[in-house]
Amino acid sequence: MTSVAEQTGTRAGTAEPPRGGARRASGWIRRAPLLPALIFMIVVTQLPFVATLVISFMDWNAYYPDEVGFAGVDNFRRVFTDVNMRDAVWTTILLTVGVVLLSLVLGLGIALLLDRKFRGRGAVRTMMIAPFLVVPVAAALLWKHALYNPEYGLFNGALTWIWGLFGSDNPPQPDWISNMPLWSVIFALVWQWTPFMMLILLAGLQGRPLDVIEAARIDGANNWQIFRSMTLPHLRQYLELGALLGSIYIVQNFDAVFTITSGGLGTANLPYTIYQIFYQAHDYGRASAAAVVVVAGTIIIATFALRTVSSLFREDPGH
Amino acid sequence: MSITDTAPIAATRDERGRPVKKRREGANVWLSLLAWVVGILFVLPVVWMVLTSFHSEAKAAQNPPAVFAPLTLEGYREFFSGGASPWPPLLNSLTASVVSTALVLLLSFPAAYALSIKPVKKWTDVLFFFLSTKMLPVVAGLLPLYLFAQNTGLLDNIWLLIVFYTAMNLPIAVWMMRSFLSEVPVEMLEAAAMDGAGLSKTLRSVIAPVVMPGIAATALICFIFSWNELLFARVLTATVAETAPVFLTSFVTSQGLFLAQLCAAAFVVSLPVLVAGFAAQDKLVQGLSLGSVK
Repeated sequence: MTSVAEQTGTRAGTAEPPRGGARRASGWIRRAPLLPALIFMIVVTQLPFVATLVISFMDWNAYYPDEVGFAGVDNFRRVFTDVNMRDAVWTTILLTVGVVLLSLVLGLGIALLLDRKFRGRGAVRTMMIAPFLVVPVAAALLWKHALYNPEYGLFNGALTWIWGLFGSDNPPQPDWISNMPLWSVIFALVWQWTPFMMLILLAGLQGRPLDVIEAARIDGANNWQIFRSMTLPHLRQYLELGALLGSIYIVQNFDAVFTITSGGLGTANLPYTIYQIFYQAHDYGRASAAAVVVVAGTIIIATFALRTVSSLFREDPGH
Repeated sequence: MSITDTAPIAATRDERGRPVKKRREGANVWLSLLAWVVGILFVLPVVWMVLTSFHSEAKAAQNPPAVFAPLTLEGYREFFSGGASPWPPLLNSLTASVVSTALVLLLSFPAAYALSIKPVKKWTDVLFFFLSTKMLPVVAGLLPLYLFAQNTGLLDNIWLLIVFYTAMNLPIAVWMMRSFLSEVPVEMLEAAAMDGAGLSKTLRSVIAPVVMPGIAATALICFIFSWNELLFARVLTATVAETAPVFLTSFVTSQGLFLAQLCAAAFVVSLPVLVAGFAAQDKLVQGLSLGSVK
């Protein structure tokens, strides 16, 4: 942290700090460009959260407008004792960890494949990016109807075709979403997120100091040794960055859960559950309490994550 | 950069400088083939979506798949002229994305300037405050915003979405802009100050040329995130201000033969993002990684 401040501090040194009242004035001139963005953010994101916090201690269901009042910690007690809520927490963890880990590992493998020179490398890279550029709802619909559908989806269509090649007219036709609902959501999200991880890791790979690797190879290191002790440590901060950004977005995923399973079959994660409590049950107090619990959980994870990012920006070379 | 760009090393790059052996060459062919197979597998669903969108409904729903069926615009015709028109939602999405992106740029540039060119005290704390708002799950602010909209008559109003999308993208934009602005060499700023250039002159002739690509990347990413957003649009809009992703959700539970139309809809809604994303592949990663991957 300090090193960043010091490094960039030299930038501030371009002008001599003025004294006294002039100094205070110049401080405000410096701060002025920051204020619109800062005030806007506080008003639009922090105020609603404070309101959520207040509502979480209230007894407030839109179906019973006459019974609005103070509820104490009742809403929180209900959140922690509610089986659906506990399931949602578990689902959120499984979904996030599953998608982030799988897409990171896949992304790493593909980045390594694409880090070599071969015919059509640019074309393969472009093909790889496509999943990330499909609008999330559209992608989820595509998986639900065009790929997973048991009757005319591409997966079962391909099974029919392959079985047909061997003269069988009795191919397996699983109902993917009913048989493995959570995995169906995870696969669709891994497909969308692997390209992102791959691109970050590929950028990291291409920033490797090749001369050092060269030297190691001359000293007799094999591919695996080079990967273990040179490539992987170099990629560490890129892996952390990918995991952090991926987690931020996937913890909050709503589109895939809403579209593919509509939260059914044990795939309701926290954002979807809160959406339901609020939008369908109209239980504002309980929805707010659940949201506050999610925020608390996120803050715990974010504290660790931010430490990672700040280590990342410590090595901001050149500025 | 310079290492990979020089010819002698680049020529031996894939082999990392060793004389090429027969066995290795064979392994390389297999690895290249594997890369191609993986690439095709990843793009396949997208290709399938486009292909299906040009099939007739009957052919689209065939098992085994009718890959070589005759192409038709039936799905697109049905999407644009059958039932509810997709034009208002598409225009709403365009308005919300473009206006909120403009607002984000307007707010984030001065902020990033104050955090990099002439950093305020404790600028890292401010920077992390911006990022921390991004970690606040959006559902945590959804209810108060909904109640606010309901009581002020702003429900189903595209401007409320614009304000929210601006807040959603502002932290990312500040981070990205800061990292692009810190690429402006201090020497150039000093030289400009020495020559007596004022703020607007410095901005125009020193800073703008360096950060223009960065601003473009920031704008692109904000546009994509606004275009893609579903949760808030679904809760805060209804018929008037409905966006394209919300319009797409009408396909979630559709029954019967509608696959070609669905694929046409998914493709049309994704098209702006696909075009913009392919055009700026490198900028996209740099931006999404908040500028930390060069």
